[in-house]
Amino acid sequence: MDAQNYAKNAADLATNAQKLAEQAANVANQATQIATDQAQQGMPFIVTGLTVFVLAVFVGYYVVWRVTPALHSPLMSVTNAVSSVIIVGALIATGAHHFGFSMVMGFLAVILASVNIFGGFMVTQRMLAMYKKKAPAQGAKK
Amino acid sequence: MLIATSLAYLAAAVCFIMALRGLSSPETARTGNAYGIAGMAIAIITSLFVLPQFSVLAAVLIIVGIAIGGAAGAHIARTIKMTSLPQLVAAFHSLVGLAAVFIAAAAFYAPEEYRIGTDGDIHVGSLIEMSLGIAIGAITFTGSLVAFLKLDGRMSGKPLVFPMQHPLNAALAAGLVLLILLLCTTQSAFFFWLIILVSLGLGFLLILPIGGADMPVVVSMLNSYSGWAACGIGFTLQNPLLIITGALVGSSGAILSYIMCKGMNRSIFNVILGGFGGDAAAGAAAGPAGDRSFKSGSADDAAFIMKNASSVIVVPGYGMAVAQAQHAVREMADILKKEGVDVKYAIHPVAGRMPGHMNVLLAEANVPYDEVFELEEINRDFGQADVAYVIGANDVTNPAAKTDPSSPIYGMPILDVEKAKTVLFIKRSMGAGYAGVENELFFRPNTMMLFGDAKKVTEEIVKAMSGGH
Repeated sequence: MDAQNYAKNAADLATNAQKLAEQAANVANQATQIATDQAQQGMPFIVTGLTVFVLAVFVGYYVVWRVTPALHSPLMSVTNAVSSVIIVGALIATGAHHFGFSMVMGFLAVILASVNIFGGFMVTQRMLAMYKKKAPAQGAKK
Repeated sequence: MLIATSLAYLAAAVCFIMALRGLSSPETARTGNAYGIAGMAIAIITSLFVLPQFSVLAAVLIIVGIAIGGAAGAHIARTIKMTSLPQLVAAFHSLVGLAAVFIAAAAFYAPEEYRIGTDGDIHVGSLIEMSLGIAIGAITFTGSLVAFLKLDGRMSGKPLVFPMQHPLNAALAAGLVLLILLLCTTQSAFFFWLIILVSLGLGFLLILPIGGADMPVVVSMLNSYSGWAACGIGFTLQNPLLIITGALVGSSGAILSYIMCKGMNRSIFNVILGGFGGDAAAGAAAGPAGDRSFKSGSADDAAFIMKNASSVIVVPGYGMAVAQAQHAVREMADILKKEGVDVKYAIHPVAGRMPGHMNVLLAEANVPYDEVFELEEINRDFGQADVAYVIGANDVTNPAAKTDPSSPIYGMPILDVEKAKTVLFIKRSMGAGYAGVENELFFRPNTMMLFGDAKKVTEEIVKAMSGGH
């Protein structure tokens, strides 16, 4: 009898423990859910986003001041191409779960951004290819 | 966001920084451009991996979209004339602005895909970021469109001023803020579209009053706007890559605007408020020269003077680009160099219609970039130069900017061409420059005016030079 009682108690205990574990897992799940929900509510991202933003402005400031004035036109066309990285946002819309207005908007944005990406980088390349140093032969003739 | 995705985006951001970094010298610039392309490729491929759902439809749309846009972009890039570069850049800016508006609209109508809430219940923070993105994007779109039309000569370059212009703009801007608040409280699509509409109007009105020669500032400013629009979208999508890139582009454009304003000694507000250099030029062109005497010469005279010089500094301005005279100028320089004459080029920061435009045009005409100098680098050399060959430039050489406090261009940094032994000034007539100011220089004893089209005059000089050979 005793042995049976013990076994029964042990079994009860085991099931209780299991329930407890499940509950703990549930709580943990809820906690992560809340955490991610909060992350998605924007507050924490605003902070990291602003940090990134301010630092990037500083990087931009120092890098751009070092650009030689002779290359200011290529600078404009390359920044123009680079800012079309917003195509990333357009791709999300075209890969949406349902077809709809968003997908159309995304598709149009993909086209516009692609014009810029290809046009911007290629025209920059064309410009840069023209910048040549003084040919040594010319100096020799002098 | 997955860790791998974040890291890939970081790599793309570093590539973009390297692309700008490369532009510190022409030798590293091409590698820089390659970095830029690599960064873009990384960004696009990475975002394909994290699409909400990769369906056949999505794949088709993306491939077709990139193919159409890419083909159009490549075609434009290959065929555009370098003189039309400013228009091209303005047009490209307008596309970035419009794309930003479309993306924000996509996010507004499918917030679940962007994880910014559900339809009709978008997080307020995201709505604010989104509104900023669409407002700046829409302003960039119409503003760049006007800049494009003005630069391309499809619209008068004259500043368009009408009464109550500034109060109207201020009212629209205030209305915009109100609409953003309304959108955040009501989540209504009506206000979303109204914000776009008002911003489109504002962009149009903001650029209308700005005159043709202020375009270098406008184009740089719109460059900056397109960056900030990308930032706004970056915050909405919670994507650090977009924020970094937008910030880089935004600060780049802002710095260029500042440099351009300084080159004209004007404040950015002065340029934005517009109306500068209206019809004053037309009035002055009537012939104020009248009683004052000036010397004019022929192509033969100019050829003789330059061949006997030991150093010549060419001062090109926008007029050279309009006349397409850069190739003739380079030919002339080649002959002079063979004669043992030292030839250099001096470029004013605001020469041309966009920052650095003149450098590109000279590079296209095969002028080596180490013969081309900026204002601060070369200004002291004019004192030792025998000849300053001013072609298509005017106001940037006017000594009144240094001596006459009543002059509208007073305080503007100028090229000290008057210090050269002889100044050869190529010009169509005795008319005043863009600023409507008469140039002191024409009446100096060491100035010789060469009247005619910049290209024709230079070609005649080349002929005279090779004839006497």
